[in-house]
Amino acid sequence: MSLAKRIIPCLDVDCGRVVKGVQFADIRDAGDPVEVAKRYNEQGADEITFLDITATHEGRDTIVRTVEKIASEVFIPLTVGGGIRTVEDIRTLLNAGADKVGINSAAVFNPEFVRQASERFGAQCIVVAIDAKKVSSEGEANRWEIFTHGGRKPTGIDVVEWAIKMADYGAGEILLTSMDRDGTKDGFDVSMIRAINHVVCIPVIASGGVGNLQHLVDGVEQGGADAVLAASIFHFGEYTIPQAKAYMCDQGIEVRL
Amino acid sequence: MTTSVAIIDYGMGNLHSVASAFAHVAPDSQIDITSDAQLIANADKVLFPGVGAIRDCMVEIRRLGFDTLVPEMIKGGKPMLAICVGMQALMASSEENSGVSCIDVLPGFVNYFGDDLRDDQGRKLKVPHMGWNQVQQTIDHPLWQGIDNYSHFYFVHSYFVIASNAQQVAGRTEYHREFVAALSHGSLFATQFHPEKSDTAGLQLLKNFMDWDGRI
Repeated sequence: MSLAKRIIPCLDVDCGRVVKGVQFADIRDAGDPVEVAKRYNEQGADEITFLDITATHEGRDTIVRTVEKIASEVFIPLTVGGGIRTVEDIRTLLNAGADKVGINSAAVFNPEFVRQASERFGAQCIVVAIDAKKVSSEGEANRWEIFTHGGRKPTGIDVVEWAIKMADYGAGEILLTSMDRDGTKDGFDVSMIRAINHVVCIPVIASGGVGNLQHLVDGVEQGGADAVLAASIFHFGEYTIPQAKAYMCDQGIEVRL
Repeated sequence: MTTSVAIIDYGMGNLHSVASAFAHVAPDSQIDITSDAQLIANADKVLFPGVGAIRDCMVEIRRLGFDTLVPEMIKGGKPMLAICVGMQALMASSEENSGVSCIDVLPGFVNYFGDDLRDDQGRKLKVPHMGWNQVQQTIDHPLWQGIDNYSHFYFVHSYFVIASNAQQVAGRTEYHREFVAALSHGSLFATQFHPEKSDTAGLQLLKNFMDWDGRI
């Protein structure tokens, strides 16, 4: 008996539809979020993460209704991220049925927000999402920096120091995305995951770059991730969640079958 | 007749998930999220939840008089399900928040997992214990009906129960050490895991609770 490594499909949701940008190509429609969430639940996903990428204010009410619908039919943990800036935003999503919320740029602009949110709602529902890129040159010691605005704006913040700080401020979990790998299908940046895992005592979710099932194994075995997140390999039917779990299990990783 | 369930609300955490899970397994039941002692006492079944820090929970539990109501209902044989910190609050005391005395219906204590935990291969074990872990059913119980032994359930907690009366233990799990995943005492069943987030195994447990008359 031991704690299973979690497999988390991620749904990017724009105005009530699941979308996934494939690098250098148009955004492909991957369906109705309620249907997609139910399908992943039936396949045995351990958790579902939604990233609301809707830009408009009106569109943002859509995610609340979507979460409500999903939470009344899917009984596994749901995490919702994207555009969360206030304690009120968090309360609205938790009341709609989210179990955890992902805080990303709002934490960068105001780290105290993470502390407030954690004290108010408990660390167990606060996921700090970190988008980072490698900034060290060939031959130098590895160094990664936090980027905002979809990876366009550097912040000068070192990812290892940031992870320590966020854990200290009350994050319950870290969702670590490599912006270098996101959408490439080249696999996780396992050295970054390992670096973060080494310095924090809270669970780390690896994200960005999964192109095949061995990548999921690498995230756990080499990176030490507690959970692995992927989007496109599941959305477009390349692999199913049972296939991913069977593969990980064959490699000796504890999964929930 | 419609079965009524009162979900005890003492202002800690979000109770919608558990209410919607009950609505899913028992669509014809009457489900109330309430702090009204009368409504709770009159309900056919009672859910005693808990999220967050034990000290804050105990302050509210005492303020609302649930520290006497809950033991009375258990004594009276009312089917009750306690979840997570709800279960911990039933023990004698917890070492969280530098020591908090609890309701003390069940003999035993609540301890912290510890820092810098490692598994036997030297890999880091994170605290909270968050995610899916297997539960070994240590007794036959109506609430385990139709659930495979060693099924996975969803946990999120940093503190665990040590039961002084081993006969009350209904399920065990392992994380760094063996700990109590479920307790049974008359018409009370308590779980450290969250059945409302535990997919089919959890929903089956909630359905079993709705079908249970409180007798073992």
